[in-house]
Amino acid sequence: MAVRVQAEPFDIGAETGAFATGRTDAGAVVTFTGVVRDTRGGLQRMEIEHYPGMTERAIAAIAAEAIARWNLIDCLVIHRYGPLPPGEPIMMVATAAAHRAEAFAAAEFLMDYLKSRAPFWKKEVTATGEDWVAARDEDEAALRRW
Amino acid sequence: MSLQILYFAWVRERVGAARETVTTEAPTVAALVAELVARDDRYAAAFADTAALRVALDQELADFSAPLDGVREVAFFPPMTGG
Repeated sequence: MAVRVQAEPFDIGAETGAFATGRTDAGAVVTFTGVVRDTRGGLQRMEIEHYPGMTERAIAAIAAEAIARWNLIDCLVIHRYGPLPPGEPIMMVATAAAHRAEAFAAAEFLMDYLKSRAPFWKKEVTATGEDWVAARDEDEAALRRW
Repeated sequence: MSLQILYFAWVRERVGAARETVTTEAPTVAALVAELVARDDRYAAAFADTAALRVALDQELADFSAPLDGVREVAFFPPMTGG
């Protein structure tokens, strides 16, 4: 298991390659990448704040639970912070399991929990001002299925 | 006791500080919030609706009714929006 919280960009292809290559025990590798989206037009950047220390602990706990529940062979979580322009990758998760059902479910679980239980906050900056992104009820509701 | 208090996102902006050290005998998070609110309007603005806030004690999510016994770091922030 690897957890990285970083300001620097990451290379999706290189990360996926490094995670997926050379395994003989995993029949399935699933990756998800989150990208900064310009939802209303005119987004200059997304500023991502986090809680150093707690962020790493919270993600490690979520990842450990995913590994235990779906018997994962490995998992990777990368999450960036700082100012990010539209189109830039914010985060990625990768899961490796014997079969695809486990790898997909664990990746979805990781995403649902990272969204609402890892201490990150997003602020959208446009030409006309800045707004903190509000948590959505649907995101909280998504946790209940697990 | 001496507590490190951390603020994030719009809570940080309303309080006007990212962290501070306070000396308090507040037994619970809620009592600590009441002390802060009584101290200055900036806190009153930040803590106007605690239902819209989350709290972590020593980097673990907790409730506003939680005791502060033995706690060293308290963090206040809005609901998280990662991913």
